[in-house]
Amino acid sequence: MFEGRRQILLLFFIIIGLVFIGKLFFLQVIDDSYEKAADNNAIRKIIQIPFRGEVYDRHNKLIVYNTPVYDLYITPRKAHVRDTLQFCQLFGITRAYFDSTCKQAKAYSRVKPFLFLKHLSKEDFARVQDAMVDFPGFTFTTTAFRTYQSKAFSNALGYVAEINSNSLQTQKDDYYRQGDYVGVSGIESFYEEDLRGQRGVKYRMVNSNGVEKGDFKEGRLDIQPIAGKNLYTGVDIGLQEYADSLMQHKVGSVVAIEPASGEILTMVSAPSYDPSLLAGRNFSKYYQDLALDPMKPLLNRPPSAYYRPGSTFKLIQALVGLQLGIITPSSVFTHAGAPVKCHSHNTSHNDLHNAIQWSCNPYFYHAFRKILYEDTQGNTYERSAQGLQRWSELVANFGFGRKLGVDLGNEKKGILPNVEYYNKVYKGENTWKFSNIYSLSIGEGELVVNPLKMANVAAIIANRGWYVPPHLVKAIGDNKVVDPFYKTPVSVGIDAKHFGVVIEGMKDAVLHGTVGGDGKIPDIVMCGKTGTSQNAKGEDHSVFIAFAPKDNPKIAIAVFVENAGFGGFAAAPIASLIIEKYLKGKVDRKAVEEKFMNKSYLPNVLSVTGLRPSKTKKDTLK
Amino acid sequence: MSNQNQLVSKVDWITVSLYALFVLAGWMNIYSAVYNPETHLWIFDAKFYDSNAGKQLIWIGTSLLLIICIFAIDFRFFEAFAPIIYASFIGLLILVPFLGVTINGSHSWFKFGSITIQPAEFAKTATALLLAKYINEPQVNLSKWKNQWIAATIIGLPMILIIASNETGSALVFASFLIMLYREGLPGEYPGLFVGTVTIFVSALLLSPWTILATLIVITGIIIALSPIYIQRLKQTYIKAALFIVGIMFMVFLVDLAVNKVLKEHQRNRIKVLIDPSFDPRGLGYQVTQSKIAIGSGGFWGKGYLQGTQTKFDFVPEQSTDFIFCTIGEEHGFFGVMVVILLFVAFLWRLMYLADQQRSRFARAYGYGVVGILFFHFLVNIGMTIGLMPIMGIPLPFFSYGGSSLWSFTILLFIFLKLDSHRSDMLSR
Repeated sequence: MFEGRRQILLLFFIIIGLVFIGKLFFLQVIDDSYEKAADNNAIRKIIQIPFRGEVYDRHNKLIVYNTPVYDLYITPRKAHVRDTLQFCQLFGITRAYFDSTCKQAKAYSRVKPFLFLKHLSKEDFARVQDAMVDFPGFTFTTTAFRTYQSKAFSNALGYVAEINSNSLQTQKDDYYRQGDYVGVSGIESFYEEDLRGQRGVKYRMVNSNGVEKGDFKEGRLDIQPIAGKNLYTGVDIGLQEYADSLMQHKVGSVVAIEPASGEILTMVSAPSYDPSLLAGRNFSKYYQDLALDPMKPLLNRPPSAYYRPGSTFKLIQALVGLQLGIITPSSVFTHAGAPVKCHSHNTSHNDLHNAIQWSCNPYFYHAFRKILYEDTQGNTYERSAQGLQRWSELVANFGFGRKLGVDLGNEKKGILPNVEYYNKVYKGENTWKFSNIYSLSIGEGELVVNPLKMANVAAIIANRGWYVPPHLVKAIGDNKVVDPFYKTPVSVGIDAKHFGVVIEGMKDAVLHGTVGGDGKIPDIVMCGKTGTSQNAKGEDHSVFIAFAPKDNPKIAIAVFVENAGFGGFAAAPIASLIIEKYLKGKVDRKAVEEKFMNKSYLPNVLSVTGLRPSKTKKDTLK
Repeated sequence: MSNQNQLVSKVDWITVSLYALFVLAGWMNIYSAVYNPETHLWIFDAKFYDSNAGKQLIWIGTSLLLIICIFAIDFRFFEAFAPIIYASFIGLLILVPFLGVTINGSHSWFKFGSITIQPAEFAKTATALLLAKYINEPQVNLSKWKNQWIAATIIGLPMILIIASNETGSALVFASFLIMLYREGLPGEYPGLFVGTVTIFVSALLLSPWTILATLIVITGIIIALSPIYIQRLKQTYIKAALFIVGIMFMVFLVDLAVNKVLKEHQRNRIKVLIDPSFDPRGLGYQVTQSKIAIGSGGFWGKGYLQGTQTKFDFVPEQSTDFIFCTIGEEHGFFGVMVVILLFVAFLWRLMYLADQQRSRFARAYGYGVVGILFFHFLVNIGMTIGLMPIMGIPLPFFSYGGSSLWSFTILLFIFLKLDSHRSDMLSR
């Protein structure tokens, strides 16, 4: 009876078996999400963040380093505080804080460490360390803050901050995680990959309560952290501080370069900020203030501000004319027929030397006209285009309209107007001619530069025709690795013989020309050129570029002071003081020094921008 | 001596080998589940016997003693004493609420020194024996109401007592006697109804009422379309179809009502977790999720013996008892679990084959009882580890850790093998 029912039952069992096998095939073979879930489950990745590299100045003075701070963690199950009062006194916390944090920790987990107190200083740590034997279940972990030896170098150095969500999503190699610190600007950002070192990873096995159960695969997969590389800069931190002090109460930039090496000796952006504000637990509080400050203390002006070069550009105009063979040192142009005025000088023999010494506008108007029109064919439109083409090719060699490649992320190209540029502006070929663009002759018009570029121009003239791309960092790491880019001289395509007359003109501009008495250094031969940069914001910017000494130059400099008027007034004396300080190690002209340290051009800046300095902003301005 | 030799030749060694294989494989996986490389102990270490693997070794040893005892007892004893055995376990089940202790939230254990025994595990065997004895009565015909009621009472009594001690999972195992009764002539409607009810219940939980309605309409439509023309022309056909659909939808509604209103919170949650493990990933869903992670992470070939990370570090709760299948899945992969499932189905097939060889209806019915109980455990245990069944704390026979469980399955199986070895001595009725 009912023998057939065995077959029905067997069929039922087989179907169930097959359903199980099918489901298991899906779970184990097809769907791999469970494997990943399992790895996250049982293996805890412990990230070990190495110390960030330190930064040194050109004399191996430490300027940026790390200060360890200590975070206190509590593991509720192991924690035992016999004397709560003593504990609270030791750490300077209230009983209420103690109770509420313990409660939070217990609510989080009884077996996992919970952050109890953040950022204890080294001194606090040393003080409490011995007492900790009485308080089992408390552990410390070390993190570090960036610490700055000087307040004067903040803009070029940049700062370190928690990575923002945007950078987190757009990062290429998927290195950073939420909450990681990353260099945000300056060389902290540019050399991020060298400075950060290599994060270590430790794999520990944990059970379902999060309690560690030993190394995963005996630690074979662990990666040891590698400390960040130190940066050795060419910056003279003493000079930097001096330049910074001269730039107080002013808006502007100072860039000084060692001409032979391209090493940046000083890079000041004014106004600046105290870098320690952005290192540490109050980052967000201070960052808000600084970012909203209308004086833009976070902006690093030397590589990124926009200025017209003004009369300092006449030096390039002269060199281009000489190289093209269109003018010679003895070429003479009168004041007549020029729409631009000469300010005041003897015109009896207005040759090139004289024109540079006195910054003669009509001279360079005529010279530029000759550069455009001589040896060119066709009507004035066609000839202007041909002339501007050869002109812009040579000017571009000085770094105009392109990046020099400084080791900062925010370098701006500036503008060098060329034929295409004007064709675009005037909407078509042969629609413009010299009379439309003559402002270029004296460094106004559409030319846009930044202070770094002009300091490099001073270095090019000091070197008589070449430069090494300017850079802040001269060597990386203990092996002192150097990027060959910052070792290779670049020629600007102007023969060295043409520089003599220009340099002589610059020398006399300082001694008996446009530079006033405050800009003269008694025992140093400085070659300089003033500039007055017109701008839409109001009072002209004061510009000065120079190098010294005349023979075997050691320093090339560009100083921009916003809304300070004629170049000889503010920029030249400040540049002379910095050069004196660098070459002599001290400044003898105490009266000049004091005058310009205290001199404020801020009222001009504020009146043109319509700003009133507010109380809270005052302390961020220096 | 000749008796002994006869016995050896008459025992079904295929079943015994599979049993030994399961128990050994189970022990190896229990060993792996509790294995800790840092505090690794060897079998000769006394402390080893504090661990689950060590204790299981004791249970295996004592099981061998039980097997010898069973074979030493006269085969007629089991049929003759079935009522007494049954009555004693009913008595124990009644006493448990008063004398028992609570382990893992279940007040169903007796404690003798350090040994704990769960009478519910053994009540299955007792019930199988009595039920088989009753079916063996010549006048019993399972298509008759009266006989069905008596059979239902034999099954229902221990079931109710077990539910009373909060062991719903173990109680549900008694539903497996449907397989025995079905084989012995219970009309097919009963298991059919049972399977149908379960299907409706599960669909009501997993699917929306509209999906069920749509599916029903499509299915009845197809059936009518495939029917002979004259049936299609009858008005009655459509009335019946409509009544069928309305009836089932009413049951779906009842299930919803029952789940949301009648069931207690923890029971409802167990069911909800089955539908959506992420419903409570740290609580009830945790077990299912972790179990699936452990099994799923095994891949095709597994992580290798003692290499599992999930089961070892307590991610899967009850890993050596109810969730031993996870360890197999994680360390031996799809290949390993497939072998286990295939061998288990083969094992059931062998038992059914042996049962059908019996001359006595008692032995045959008992054999199907064994098959039913083992199958039910197999179905629910593996089903719950892979998220196809709600979590009911019932072990995987022979594999899971636990003295009560291993002893009871050993007794259950070897009584049948004892009966089988005497099948030529039995009277055929």
